[in-house]
Amino acid sequence: MQQPHPRFSVLSGSSLSSAEHLSPTASSTRFSLPSATSINTALGTPKPSLRPNIYDRNLNKTRTSEVSASAFAFLFSEVVQYTQKRVSGINDLERRLNTLGYRAGTRVLELMVWRAESSSKAPKREIRFLPALMSIHTQVWRAVFGRPADAIEKSVENEDEYMIIDNDPPIERHISVPKDMNQLSCSSFTAGVVEAVLDGLGLPARVTAHHTPTQQFPSRTTILIKLDKSVLEREEIFK
Amino acid sequence: MAIFSLWVINKAGGLVYQRNFADGLAQLTSNEYLVLAGTLHGIHAITSRLSPAGSSSGAQVIEGETFKMTILLTATGTKFVLLTSLAEATADSVLQRVYEAYADAVMKNPFHTPEMPIRSEGFDTRITSLIGTGQP
Repeated sequence: MQQPHPRFSVLSGSSLSSAEHLSPTASSTRFSLPSATSINTALGTPKPSLRPNIYDRNLNKTRTSEVSASAFAFLFSEVVQYTQKRVSGINDLERRLNTLGYRAGTRVLELMVWRAESSSKAPKREIRFLPALMSIHTQVWRAVFGRPADAIEKSVENEDEYMIIDNDPPIERHISVPKDMNQLSCSSFTAGVVEAVLDGLGLPARVTAHHTPTQQFPSRTTILIKLDKSVLEREEIFK
Repeated sequence: MAIFSLWVINKAGGLVYQRNFADGLAQLTSNEYLVLAGTLHGIHAITSRLSPAGSSSGAQVIEGETFKMTILLTATGTKFVLLTSLAEATADSVLQRVYEAYADAVMKNPFHTPEMPIRSEGFDTRITSLIGTGQP
């Protein structure tokens, strides 16, 4: 690979050469964890820490646990404000939220598949597109938001476009976009999650979020999935 | 039994939200509302010093002949003022729910700058569903 995957860097293309200053070997002191012994040198030899490491914890332990929606709302609000100060327009803002969602999405896919399949005798993986789309609509939404998405649609104009519809996206519940920015959809974060899940399953696509309000559901959002040509060709061969 | 108007005053004394519901009070210009809110902020500060029994939070209810003003002072210095008719008994609970709506629709909105006038559609919608027309 001649250059880092565009999804793994939020730096713009022109500053890729300066990315090396972020590598751990260049500035190891900045990334090393503080040692526990420095806190209580006055007491002599400290006791070894009895708390178990988070990495040794069973992955199924937090399977059904929940995060405070308010805590996430404040965090996401700060994410949007932070990003907004550093972008040039709505498209750039959506692209950055998409990238952040992508990073979360790779982890969502791994954890979700592990939790669902690791205990079964014959673990399976979706390799065809439509079952993958169905699993995104139910399992990914349930893993991330606690409930399945509201609808799946296939575009009639284009062969390679599919849509997942959410009538009340939880991450946007408290966000009121001002009138002059009303094409912005903060669900670009969710679109990034979906894009990472599709990439992980081997179905590359471009995923975007669009704000499509109706009378009944003013914050209805459509996640538009535009499949890569290679996926369509592969699906044809399978038929 | 009516709710006339809701004001939200920031910690510096500036009016950040003002909305009328039922008829019954004089209609003023936005400038006059700003001046009144600032005056109320000053009076509230004075009343918090007047208590004979140690520290107090400042005036909570101000009653006139035709209306009553209920003030909720939050821990952060924001004031929620509800102007109602004298017979309205639910002012305190309405103000609590307005505070909750504020914490949700305004504070969690990334497009709102703190202490600035509130221009969030989400907050307007929630206040409408909470108070409606002001008449029961």
